[in-house]
Amino acid sequence: MQSSSQSKKDSLSSLWQTLFGHPVRAFGVVSLLLLLFLAIAPAKNHFSEWRHYQKQYLALIRSRGDAVTLERRFHDHDGIQQIWLPQLGVVDRCTSCHAGLKEAGLADVSSQPFRKHPVIPHTLDQYGCVMCHRGQGPATTVEEAHRSTLAWEQPILPARYVQSSCGQCHRAPLTGTPQLNLGRNLLGRYGCVHCHTIKLPDGSAIKPTDDPPSLEHVADKTTREWIYAWLKDPQAYAVTATMPNFKLSDPDARDVSAFLTASSTPLAGDTAPVPQDQKAPDPTAGASLYGESFCASCHAVQNAAGNVVGGDVGPELTRVGTKVKPEWLRAWLRNPRVYDSGTAMPHYRLSDPQLSLLTAFLGNKTDSDLLANVHLDAATPEQIAHGKLLVTEYGCASCHAINGIKKPDNFAPELTRVGSKPLTQIVFLPGMTHAIPDYIAAKIRQPRSFGSALKMPQFSLAPAQIDALTTALLSLTDRAHDLPLALTVPAKPASNYQPAGKAGTLMSDLACFSCHAINGRGGDMAPDLTWEGSSVQRPWLLAFLKNPGTLRPALIRRMPRFNLSDDDAKELTDYIMTAYQTPAFDRDSMPSGGYPPAQVEQGKQLFYSKYACQGCHIVDTKVDKGYVGPTLTQVGSRLNAAWVYHWLKEPQTMRAGTIEPNRNMTDEDARALTAFLMTQKGSSKQEAKK
Amino acid sequence: MMNRWRRTFFAASLILVSAGCTHKPGAVAALKPTGFGAALVESSGGKQIGPTGMVLAQPLVVQVNDEQGTAVTGALVEFSGPAGASFDPPSGLTDSSGQLSTNVALGGTAGRYQFAARTSTKAQKSVELKIEEIALGYQEQVGFQLDSKYCARCHDPESTPERVSNHDNLEVKPHPFTEGDTLNKMSDAELIAIIGHGGPALNKSALMPPYGYTLSKTEIEALIAYIRLISDPPYHASGMVYAQK
Repeated sequence: MQSSSQSKKDSLSSLWQTLFGHPVRAFGVVSLLLLLFLAIAPAKNHFSEWRHYQKQYLALIRSRGDAVTLERRFHDHDGIQQIWLPQLGVVDRCTSCHAGLKEAGLADVSSQPFRKHPVIPHTLDQYGCVMCHRGQGPATTVEEAHRSTLAWEQPILPARYVQSSCGQCHRAPLTGTPQLNLGRNLLGRYGCVHCHTIKLPDGSAIKPTDDPPSLEHVADKTTREWIYAWLKDPQAYAVTATMPNFKLSDPDARDVSAFLTASSTPLAGDTAPVPQDQKAPDPTAGASLYGESFCASCHAVQNAAGNVVGGDVGPELTRVGTKVKPEWLRAWLRNPRVYDSGTAMPHYRLSDPQLSLLTAFLGNKTDSDLLANVHLDAATPEQIAHGKLLVTEYGCASCHAINGIKKPDNFAPELTRVGSKPLTQIVFLPGMTHAIPDYIAAKIRQPRSFGSALKMPQFSLAPAQIDALTTALLSLTDRAHDLPLALTVPAKPASNYQPAGKAGTLMSDLACFSCHAINGRGGDMAPDLTWEGSSVQRPWLLAFLKNPGTLRPALIRRMPRFNLSDDDAKELTDYIMTAYQTPAFDRDSMPSGGYPPAQVEQGKQLFYSKYACQGCHIVDTKVDKGYVGPTLTQVGSRLNAAWVYHWLKEPQTMRAGTIEPNRNMTDEDARALTAFLMTQKGSSKQEAKK
Repeated sequence: MMNRWRRTFFAASLILVSAGCTHKPGAVAALKPTGFGAALVESSGGKQIGPTGMVLAQPLVVQVNDEQGTAVTGALVEFSGPAGASFDPPSGLTDSSGQLSTNVALGGTAGRYQFAARTSTKAQKSVELKIEEIALGYQEQVGFQLDSKYCARCHDPESTPERVSNHDNLEVKPHPFTEGDTLNKMSDAELIAIIGHGGPALNKSALMPPYGYTLSKTEIEALIAYIRLISDPPYHASGMVYAQK
């Protein structure tokens, strides 16, 4: 032992002697070592990934027709590239390797990293790369830039969610981001925001749009058995139902249904017995009343082929007869606002025979399988108490009004900044990619896969809807909240416009806003009525409200007949003609008739030749066939002349978003066309026949 | 003594762990065809249009037939495509009706995606079916939206319950935007002229109104990018031709 250690020492000291024994030799050795160390940095630089890609890029462009230009542009900026935008917090070196992003000439190159960037409304120099694509901007290796590491945890955003980045600044819907728009819409439509608060950078919060029914009088409306079946599987009753599945066990569903039925209080009128008609109502008459009332504009029914046909404003009615009690249904159809003052359903003024017809028609839409296996014994007080506990635990009152239960505040985690949630705070499932998009998508797809004790229910969503929701949630980043307000594009502020007086009450009663928008509030199924008073003639409007005919025969959704009394129709007409006037022109500035025949003839020529309006509109039913715009056979007695003139001149100014193209018409042409159109008085009888 | 036990334990656990690791790939490789066909045909899901990076709305369904044209059950079909695109599942056995369905996710670049489905015959000969799908980038996506709003009512001869086509009502029939035989012959400048100034700008029907005062220049460019992308046969820009890389 002793000797071997001794010999090691000896050899070490002889090595020392050889290297540093002589001062000159020592100097030489130290210099060599220093040189070696100094060479490390340049060597690392020389063999770096980005240099390798820049060489590849040069080789790629050298063989192309416009090599000289491309090379010159590249050599103006070789070396490490950086886009630095202090205001946005952007330090991006991506262009060091992605050298061809701005080269329009490289449109045919499909290999990365040299592809040209597709056309978007922003430039690289304005916004950099990570604003939209995420990833680590300052990194200079492929691995660090694109994947998450321990130190940097922001991987590249998959292309399927890239629209989320637009949503960081743009609060209003954009034409180019349909997925983001859909996702934002679904956050409201599926009621996510009842439980999860989502505050927007401007301080407002996303509002739910699903209007879940109050359960305060639910026992009037339906049976305990139906509630049980619904709780067990909402989509078994209606495939389009947005109510999620809480995966309740049989006893739990039994107890919740027991509590909801027991806590319900009766409402006067709901239990009035249905009068028994002498003869059974004609089933075809019921179907045609359903059709004439345009119930299908809002309600869908599943047809024999399994397709759900109809609107999605109201609930699907495929099996409604199995759900609602006939007494309640009749009371609801008589006036839905008694049961639910805020419902989107209009108050049709149906007569008693009509009520009987419709109640019988809807009552026949049954599905005997739905409740076939549901047998519930009378509820015990213990079951009811347990049901109440479950209703509280699952936060049912976050969405529904329930007697005896307060709406919980912040029932579920707030999602205001979920798009930037730190990965260290997330428990991923085994085998899952450790990235925010995968986490959010998995949470929406199967919430309970993260733990069977979790309360979040299972939603019934298509894969495209899950992607859309994930996109919308990913847009809620720290950056979105911290951007200077001047750099964001705000959404149009929500309007809470409410017309005043008796007409206002009438408009709420008829639920005009469910289909029409006025002053920024309301639906988009039917035309915007903000300037309706300037647009139409009074006698036409009065007649239309009493008995709406169709202006666009090709549309399946139409204005229903509300059976208004003369007084109500007059009240509404007066209000619309007075309140909904545009300041842009004086409606009496042009006469509704009496134009010189020469001008009318000139207008006719213009209509058929220069402007070829017959492509979309019908003036003469024998010749014209255009079905895109409204029929104009009686436009002279429907529209105001000054409105027609201004519409022809600037359609988009009169109604934003209309598809009638602006023809840049001269005043003379517009006047002649107005003269021609105002002679089209038609006759309401002819119109009704069509 | 203690050491030896420890070593045996380690060895045993190593074997166990490695067995556990190899189990999974084994299960995937076990996709053995039980049937062999002679031909591959597309049942549905080809020629779809979707945004880049996203899963197409309809699944791609292919069918394996034998020489007599009857469906073959249990034939192995594998899908492949350009980088960036993916299939779920990427391969599988045909069901009792001889079909296999897969969800196609498009890549991040706009353009035409050529996919291939392969199956092999009993004699180990490979049979291939080519399928094409189209991915819309941002610009083409905007064009698609504009088409649906302003153009499709006349230019798309197909009617849906929501939108009745006006195509057949017009005396001069508009060209569907997929009609490459006609539209590919028109230059971008000509398309800009006819969209902006209407049919008469190119001595065509006045039934095509001008949209130059309704749509912006960017919107018209987006529309043209979309029309060029969905054209059938495909559109190839004329102009400078570069050497292949």
